[in-house]
Amino acid sequence: MSSATDTQPLVSLTGLSKTFDLSPPLLNRLIERKGRRTLRAVDALNIDIPRGKTFSLVGESGCGKSTVAKLVVGLHGATSGSITFDGTDLTRLAAADRGAFRKRIQMIFQDPYASLNPRWRVRDIIAEPLRSFGITSSKQEERAEVGRLLEMVGLSARDGEKFPHEFSGGQRQRISIARAISSKPEFLVCDEPTSALDVSVQSQVLNLMRDLQDELGLTYLFISHDLAVVDFMSDYVGVMYLGRLVEAGPAEQIFAAPEHPYTRLLMDTVPDISLGRRDRAPAIGEVPNPITPPPGCSFNPRCPLATQRCREQSPALAARSSGTVVACHAVTGEPAAGSRPGAGGAAGTGTGTVAQRQPERGVA
Amino acid sequence: MNTTTFPNSPLLSVRDLSICFDTRHGPLRAVDGITFDLAPGEILGMVGESGAGKSLTGTAITGLLERPGRIDRGEILFEGKRIDTLSAEEMRRLRGRRIGAIFQDPLTSLNPLMTVGQQLVQTIRTHLSLGKEAARKRAIECLAEVGIPAPEARIDQYPHQFSGGMRQRVVIALALCAEPSLVIADEPTTALDVSIQAQILDLLKKMCRERGAAVILVTHDMGVIAETADRVAVMYSGRVVEIGPVEKVVRDPRHPYTKGLMQSIPRVGSNALRLTQIDGAMPRLTDLPSGCAFHPRCPRAFAECKRTKPAALPVEGGHVACHLYQEEPV
Ligand SMILES: Nc1ncnc2c1ncn2[C@@H]1O[C@H](COP(=O)(O)OP(=O)(O)OP(=O)(O)O)[C@@H](O)[C@H]1O
Ligand SMILES: Nc1ncnc2c1ncn2[C@@H]1O[C@H](COP(=O)(O)OP(=O)(O)OP(=O)(O)O)[C@@H](O)[C@H]1O
Ligand code: SF4
Ligand code: SF4
Ligand SMILES: [Mg+2]
Ligand SMILES: [Mg+2]
Repeated sequence: MSSATDTQPLVSLTGLSKTFDLSPPLLNRLIERKGRRTLRAVDALNIDIPRGKTFSLVGESGCGKSTVAKLVVGLHGATSGSITFDGTDLTRLAAADRGAFRKRIQMIFQDPYASLNPRWRVRDIIAEPLRSFGITSSKQEERAEVGRLLEMVGLSARDGEKFPHEFSGGQRQRISIARAISSKPEFLVCDEPTSALDVSVQSQVLNLMRDLQDELGLTYLFISHDLAVVDFMSDYVGVMYLGRLVEAGPAEQIFAAPEHPYTRLLMDTVPDISLGRRDRAPAIGEVPNPITPPPGCSFNPRCPLATQRCREQSPALAARSSGTVVACHAVTGEPAAGSRPGAGGAAGTGTGTVAQRQPERGVA
Repeated sequence: MNTTTFPNSPLLSVRDLSICFDTRHGPLRAVDGITFDLAPGEILGMVGESGAGKSLTGTAITGLLERPGRIDRGEILFEGKRIDTLSAEEMRRLRGRRIGAIFQDPLTSLNPLMTVGQQLVQTIRTHLSLGKEAARKRAIECLAEVGIPAPEARIDQYPHQFSGGMRQRVVIALALCAEPSLVIADEPTTALDVSIQAQILDLLKKMCRERGAAVILVTHDMGVIAETADRVAVMYSGRVVEIGPVEKVVRDPRHPYTKGLMQSIPRVGSNALRLTQIDGAMPRLTDLPSGCAFHPRCPRAFAECKRTKPAALPVEGGHVACHLYQEEPV
């Protein structure tokens, strides 16, 4: 698939923010004389996802990945910003009009247990989208389709008779994948879709997801903490820290030459099966507190490169000549030669990559 | 790891454990005669195909197996005493205080109607004689230990206000807050990013090193096993097909299933267009293959594999159950 002709991304998040109110009830606040407490889980996020591509979000637990996923599928309302899907701003749609998009956007949840109705047989769970979107026209057809979907994810048609609790963790995760793809969505939001799977089944599911993408032109927003999985799946990667994007761009570039100190820390802590680093040091510094984020660059208390400027001024995302964007004073501080925003295309220095990837346009 | 200061008798012994489900079509055997020991201070990794019986084994050890599942053969000994025959009440007291369980599914182990702090304080006060204030202090410490930022502020929130990985860490804090000597950790770090994962694994290792606690660590993540476990047991279709020191099994696996598993691990920077997978599906419990259950998928299967179940053969530091390995003639 060539991306050069894709003029409009399928999905665009613009200035997307979500703030949660964590205040105790008003009465308690008055009695205990405490103020309001809010948590900015997602902070002015800009992401474009071209049709047929995979954009992955990575970052520490609690940095806001699932919140982005839930905003995109409409499970949370945005505090500000917009979510444009195929030209329509979903944040401005009335609830009634959202229905039309439900078939086109599906989600695989981080917690497969919570998303399967325990009182339904698996075949009904998977058939539900088929029914509500009128995809199959007869009981027979429905049955055949459910069987086909179950086999696609490595279960058998007969498993449809069982209830969710009769399956192991990984088997349940496969059921939720079968359900999510049953309505043939165009856009699939996958929040840790394979985290409960053993590596061999994980390989089957990821290979399947890529096949589906090639066959049906699916677009993915993919969330995983497993960087090897992200590397395998992604065209683009966005690294989040405390609700903000700190680095984003073509996956190859981010993996080959991460620039932001946090991205580098993240890549450095990948567990190793070579047994060479048994005493991997846990990441240095204090885990960030999203309720009262540090001033300036929120990574500064843990950053080996932090300077006074970092403690005062929050760095903005700036385009790099390699086609990525990075928010860090140390990286983009002095206007380095050739780092004009929007520069790109001529990026790769001929590293022999297959199909030159387009630089990430919209992440600005 | 050097934990020589602890007594050598096993903390946990699982002998020929079998678990079956009574169904309309007769009993289905999900775990089929597994045997292993766990020494104080030791971390035993447990890996294997989805549905192989890892979680069931953990559930049986913690006494939480529910009908229609039951132990139909074998025994489980904790500090030399049988625990599979204990009453529900006796088992409840053992669990939490002496045996901590971290379940694969973080949401169902948390009560959505209670704040995180209430649940921790309740668990702490059930098992340790601490006053309200002290228990709350301990709860905050526990949250900090599992890397929850600003625990004093977070302690009064409800589970749904936490992220997936934070909930998983609360479950870990709940399992560890009474300082149990055996911990069954079923996929404890699956939803966690690598740096938090490292912190949790360090916490488990520290517990083993300092208090001689022992851990069964169920995970599909070989990196985690390689970094944390002393020995590893590989399960396939209800049986332990290979068990041994982690260096041995990871570097030089013997069983064809373990070999396939090692090759399926995705690696950063491999530039693969497809991931290696073991072709074919895990056998159904309703129609288990004859002989070695792996034979329909095994690249090295031969005639004998269809006929007889391979027995566990002692090999350097462990066991392997595969017909390719024969008893050395004496
Ligand atoms: N209540 C039940 N009724 C019938 N079969 C069950 C029940 N619970 C579990 N099983 C079966 O027992 C087998 C072992 O399940 P278990 O949960 O132990 O697998 P696991 O090794 O933990 O897998 P995973 O890696 O996917 O979590 C599975 O085939 C599962 O379908
Ligand atoms: N419903 C909610 N109410 C209040 N706070 C919330 C809510 N949902 C999420 N948060 C907070 O928002 C922040 C981001 O959470 P989110 O679930 O998006 O993280 P995540 O990146 O998906 O983490 P993980 O890798 O652990 O799943 C966390 O601090 C979390 O506690
Ligand atoms: S802006 Fe400063 S503190 Fe932030 S990542 Fe860059 S160097 Fe580190
Ligand atoms: S016993 Fe036979 S089928 Fe089973 S793993 Fe060994 S070689 Fe393969
Ligand atoms: Mg999440
Ligand atoms: Mg399990």
